[in-house]
Amino acid sequence: MPKPFLSIEQLTQQFPDGNGGTMTVFENATFGIEKGEFVCILGHSGCGKSTIMNILAGLAEPTSGVVKMDGFEVSGPSLDRGVVFQNYSLLPWLTALKNVTFGIKARYPQKSKQEITDQALEYLAMVGLEGDVVYRKPSQLSGGMRQRVSIARAFANHPKLLLLDEPFGALDALTRGTIQDELLKIWGQTEQTVFMITHDIDEAILLADRILLMTNGPLARVAESVEITIPRPRNRTEIVDHPNYYPIRNHLVQFLGHRSKELAGQPSNGEMQHPETVRIDKTKTDDEGGETTPLRSVGS
Amino acid sequence: MLDNLSQNQRAAILSVVLLLVGLLIWEASIPAQQAVGELTEYERLTGGGVPKAGVPPPSQVLVKAWEQLSNPFYDAGPNDKGIGIQIGYSIYRVLTGYILAALLAVPLGFLIGMSPVAYKALNPFIQVLRPISPLAWMPLALFIIQDSEASAIFVIFICSIWPMLINTAFGVAGVRQDWVNVARTHELSPLKTAITVILPAAAPTIVTGMRISIGIAWLVIVAAEMLVGGTGIGYYVWNEWNNLDLTSVIFSILMIGIVGMLLDAAFGALQRAVAFAE
Repeated sequence: MPKPFLSIEQLTQQFPDGNGGTMTVFENATFGIEKGEFVCILGHSGCGKSTIMNILAGLAEPTSGVVKMDGFEVSGPSLDRGVVFQNYSLLPWLTALKNVTFGIKARYPQKSKQEITDQALEYLAMVGLEGDVVYRKPSQLSGGMRQRVSIARAFANHPKLLLLDEPFGALDALTRGTIQDELLKIWGQTEQTVFMITHDIDEAILLADRILLMTNGPLARVAESVEITIPRPRNRTEIVDHPNYYPIRNHLVQFLGHRSKELAGQPSNGEMQHPETVRIDKTKTDDEGGETTPLRSVGS
Repeated sequence: MLDNLSQNQRAAILSVVLLLVGLLIWEASIPAQQAVGELTEYERLTGGGVPKAGVPPPSQVLVKAWEQLSNPFYDAGPNDKGIGIQIGYSIYRVLTGYILAALLAVPLGFLIGMSPVAYKALNPFIQVLRPISPLAWMPLALFIIQDSEASAIFVIFICSIWPMLINTAFGVAGVRQDWVNVARTHELSPLKTAITVILPAAAPTIVTGMRISIGIAWLVIVAAEMLVGGTGIGYYVWNEWNNLDLTSVIFSILMIGIVGMLLDAAFGALQRAVAFAE
């Protein structure tokens, strides 16, 4: 079996517990992400989602284990892995436009000023920011607009892997919906590989090709990998009518409600902890099961 | 009638009223010199007719100010220079010492702010040196430097350095980790991170330190010039006191205040320029 584009191998994270011992957040976590895939990770607070994200971003070091991207081991932060932080992390002394050009300048230092500005404006327009608004500072923008700028900054850099750390966590439900649509649109146009943390089951089903489910910490593990067998392009008002929507949703709710607790706290005894693949598809009868729908079909 | 005015206009009117009332009270509280004709012969013989030195009324100070400010740059020998020349000397000394201090304090503050080891190593020295009155350095400076002019500049240097050093270190150490992470995920070099992320993020704190420093430097220069003498607004005040010319003393006190206010306003403008809202 060929190695996936991004491969997380036997990742273990331990922190000192304050009493001289160690607390294991997760151990031997092993999973992969294919190129162009949109993967969401769901789990309760404290299960180590953000730690995995920081390790993928290169901002934190795992206790042991490796992360390989395109066959090369990841060490330290890199422009190949773009990050959208929950709190936007825009530089408040720069305008929205300058925040985006800041990223492009770092990625493409050989480009001319005009090219950089044009590219920034193009990506800002993709997330619906046009006109005077791009010359405002982050403090003069709403939370939703700030997160749009942050998403534009990340996409404009064409990273090989885009990491989204609960990007909509601080937004109200209506704004969240709009920006989810914009994220889907810009993702469809750029064929980006995305790894996203979220707390929101419906958001995960709408956006992801695959959802990784984590058990509760400590000693958390990525227990299941649930394929979202709903064809794209997806639309928030229509996917609820798809026959697979509620079976998948119920499965996720059941996992987070009960099984995340039941499966928690089991030491791995040194074994790799592969997630179990779960495929729920009510559109087919069992004898047709071998045929798979393409993971990605992006509409214009 | 007052209801139609803005808050600022009303405040301006009140300021002018307070000024006029203050000046009137001052003017009225100075006893008029008795005319020579009303004195007895004995009083005239004992020198009663010679005008006594007293606190001059504001009207005299205003006349003096007009006289001085209409020709601020005249130079009639070592002890008779225009107010413009004296203030010029003081500003020159303050800025020289201050800029030298900034050139040392800001980079050193950056280092201390970025490195916890450097902070812990240098902190004891800073804590001991900081509370020393800058004028206490004067004898040592005069002995080592052997030049009164340079010693005055050194005193300004030593008093300006601490607020800038401490504020720079504090500002740099307090830069939000999120912004540093943005720089890290964009693979910026340490130098680039310092210039494009840490410096703008810490700028408001650094400039606050610079503003405190310039205020202290202007306070200290007056005392330093009283000691080293020769030129400068501090020397001018002391010289006019020796001349018992209180009108000039009061006038120069006012000038010290005005120049200090202008220096502070300049740094206030700089502070607004680098400020950002989160």
